[in-house]
Amino acid sequence: MTLTHLQRLEAEAIHIMREAAAEFERPVMLYSAGKDSSVLLHLAKLAFAPARPPFPLLHVDTTWKFKAMYALRDRAAAEAGMELIVHRNPEAEERGINPLDHGSALHTQMWKTDGLKQALDRHGLDAAIGGARRDEERVRAKERIFSFRSAGHRWDPKRQRPELWRLYNGRKAKGESFRIFPLSNWTELDVWQYVEARGIEVSELYFAAPRPVLERDGNLLMVDDERLKPGPGEEVRERWVRFRTLGCYPLSGAIESRAADIPGLIAEMRTGRQSERQGRLIDRDGTASMERKKREGYF
Amino acid sequence: MGGDGHVAPAQAGAPGGEELRRLSPAGAPAFAGATGEKTLLRLITCGSVDDGKSTLLGRLLFETGSAFDDELAACGDDLSRLVDGLEAEREQGITIDVAYRFFATATRKYIVADAPGHEQYTRNLVTGASTAELALVLVDARKGVLTQTRRHSYLCRLLGVSRFVLLVNKMDAVGYDRAVFERIVTDYAALGESFTAIPVSALSGDNVAARSPAMAWYEGPSLLEHLEAVEPEAEGGDGPFAMQVQWVSRHDGRRGFAGMVARGSVRLGDRVQVMPAGTRATVDRIGLGDAGLDEAVQGQSVMLSFAQEVDCSRGDVVASAAYPPGVADQFEAVIVWMAQEELVAGRQYALKLGTQNALATVHTPKYEIDVDTLEQVPAHGLRLNGIGVANMWTDRPLVFEAYEDVRDLGGFLLIDRVSNETVGAGLIRHALRRSQNLHAQMLDVTPEARAAIKGQKPLLLWFTGLSGAGKSTIANLVEGKLHAAGRHTFLLDGDNVRLGLNRDLGFSDADRAENIRRVGETARLMLDAGLIVLAAFISPFRAERRMVREMLGEGEFVEIFVDVPLALAEERDPKGLYAKARDGRIPNFTGIGSPYETPEAPEIRIDSAAMTIEEAADEIVRFLTSPSLRGA
Ligand SMILES: Nc1nc2c(ncn2[C@@H]2O[C@H](COP(=O)(O)OP(=O)(O)O)[C@@H](O)[C@H]2O)c(=O)[nH]1
Repeated sequence: MTLTHLQRLEAEAIHIMREAAAEFERPVMLYSAGKDSSVLLHLAKLAFAPARPPFPLLHVDTTWKFKAMYALRDRAAAEAGMELIVHRNPEAEERGINPLDHGSALHTQMWKTDGLKQALDRHGLDAAIGGARRDEERVRAKERIFSFRSAGHRWDPKRQRPELWRLYNGRKAKGESFRIFPLSNWTELDVWQYVEARGIEVSELYFAAPRPVLERDGNLLMVDDERLKPGPGEEVRERWVRFRTLGCYPLSGAIESRAADIPGLIAEMRTGRQSERQGRLIDRDGTASMERKKREGYF
Repeated sequence: MGGDGHVAPAQAGAPGGEELRRLSPAGAPAFAGATGEKTLLRLITCGSVDDGKSTLLGRLLFETGSAFDDELAACGDDLSRLVDGLEAEREQGITIDVAYRFFATATRKYIVADAPGHEQYTRNLVTGASTAELALVLVDARKGVLTQTRRHSYLCRLLGVSRFVLLVNKMDAVGYDRAVFERIVTDYAALGESFTAIPVSALSGDNVAARSPAMAWYEGPSLLEHLEAVEPEAEGGDGPFAMQVQWVSRHDGRRGFAGMVARGSVRLGDRVQVMPAGTRATVDRIGLGDAGLDEAVQGQSVMLSFAQEVDCSRGDVVASAAYPPGVADQFEAVIVWMAQEELVAGRQYALKLGTQNALATVHTPKYEIDVDTLEQVPAHGLRLNGIGVANMWTDRPLVFEAYEDVRDLGGFLLIDRVSNETVGAGLIRHALRRSQNLHAQMLDVTPEARAAIKGQKPLLLWFTGLSGAGKSTIANLVEGKLHAAGRHTFLLDGDNVRLGLNRDLGFSDADRAENIRRVGETARLMLDAGLIVLAAFISPFRAERRMVREMLGEGEFVEIFVDVPLALAEERDPKGLYAKARDGRIPNFTGIGSPYETPEAPEIRIDSAAMTIEEAADEIVRFLTSPSLRGA
């Protein structure tokens, strides 16, 4: 019996999650309500069923996610019967940091990068399981499955450990931690095929629907609440759009589409042919901005 | 790449741009696998720098439609740029890590371990090969089979890769000459691997996705056609069942044992045993999530439950009751060293074999394998990228199989217990017979074992000679040099011995003899502790010096005669002792009132009149670094 690629990827991800659960004192699973999070949560349930996954979920919130994502997050956590830790960087909250006034770089740095470190430190979490994939960005191609972070959450390429077979060395000293990526070997297409094959609930925002959007700097932004106001010459119009990646709504560019189901999405990937990060506004800051963010501790 | 304007800007005249267009069909290339079930094949690419590995990978991504238009646009007409490395590495011009790339066709997904062909090649290649089922070995048609080609193929084979594709690349640069291809195939065949050979041009795409009209003489499949047809590896698929337990879950009073099937398959109702205890049980549930399966096969992650209550926890192996894996605590293994700091024979490392953890001690390797000549060469320890064969033992029994039978039950990591770094990888060859009992041999910690930890040969350097000969000064300098070279030393001299240990002794002949005896005994203990001891004493009498020599083992006593004419010592007279002795104020002063018996056959003689202190120290250090004294 030959396993399919989805079965093998699934088995590998489950194996990695169980290793994470067994090797760390207090692991956590990052959950952002995006498609990779949905897949990760599904795999976590598979890995430990009929018991519940032995770790909590952590959402590093920015207060700027789509409303639909918050709704999905709360529903999914409740259904899984898992504890959900929501962390918002108090300093960013106090100073009202937002992507519209402060730009994507500072917003992301304070809410997400600093927020994640704060949350891990505050709750004494020594391993964070995340849904990042090696195919997302070229600089991720060498990322480990167990990615070592020195004290202060810094990623140092020289201290990453060789990973052979299915053996992950999770030993560490106090203050050091790991990021763990069970979906390392998945591609975007694998994720969608898996979502389809297993009937996993993902955010409706991935599917085309008429949504109120305005056009800014060549991006279609969805007006998810009153904080995003049309500027001079901009108008809010109802258009058929969907999202390829989900983050803070003013930083997530929509694409015009009529694809309302997964085969439709996959068919559009065939002709659209743009890489996933294309719609992520935070990547535009510089050629190697992802790598810099990663060194600083961005997921 | 579609015909809709999202075309990489091709520079006029640049190689590749034209080619991209030529090979890009009118519509989009076959999309990366649309929907539907696929199989998975894991590859490793091997080749020296500039053989065209990046170009080939870029080509495969492009041909299978696995690269997006914006990525293609960003790399201009140079497909190798689709697989560029990290920013910092690009700046420093180094790529020292394995990168993982993906491409897919309608029926198969490929994971490629892209191991750089230079720098820390062994470590990277071994890492990449550890998960690979098939190796793509690139050879530049203009250069032919190189040492690197041989080395890479050997390492892949060592790690259990059984399928090889020899890609003779850059055929365009040799006029698509069949003779060139055939000569390289013949050369490679001499390595003894079984393989499939394909002549290609990664740059222009010949024989990569489709068969090339430029090489009508070649009748085999294109690379992609070949990859699509390869049977997925049945590694461990048909042997008796074994699964390492990762996690024990408790739910409603029932326990589930989670793991990935490492070998064979398990069906409901199967009799199994829990290793190493050997407890028997019957499988009554095979869970994957909430679903119950009838059977689980190699590579599947499942949760087993048993009809009986049995003791079973992480690190145990659930296995076929009829054919369980072996259990042992002494092995012969191939060790691949991956750290800057050398392997220390006798030191305990943390070992990770599947979900089993133990402390492991590795003996001095029996031999090292020269990856260029594949010869066995005598091992002096094991350095970064070194591969050796060694005996080892663990502090508890491990459930195992030979690596060549099941990778997951025979491959292990060695981890430094202080830095927590992964310092080595090991492949179990076989268990050692009980009678060899390494374990017990080494469990009583011998002087040799202590010395092995320090990587040095314990010695006593005995400096003898008249007062004022320069013994202490030279000994001090020698100690400094040895210390700087990482040796663990200790200097005994009149100052630190007479003030404490020998406070009760005077300078009568009897007391002088006792002084030397105690110094000798102290040095002996220190040698047993593994140290290099330096002793600087006038020690005028042959009998006493022989007494110390006889306290020690063969070759451990190094007599260093610091030879100085009495007249010169007297002239130096740094402490004014000779003057006092001549005045009769110090009775029995060696050289004046008491004789100095010149050594008859010292290991080293220092001519204090002719040599500087520095030269003398260098000569002694040189003697100590001669091969026979270099230690483990
Ligand atoms: N003529 C010719 N040149 C090639 C071919 N494949 C690669 N090259 C060139 O060889 C050089 C090194 O290629 P690259 O892919 O970077 O090699 P790598 O170091 O193995 O990744 C580049 O200048 C490529 O354009 C080929 O099939 N034919």
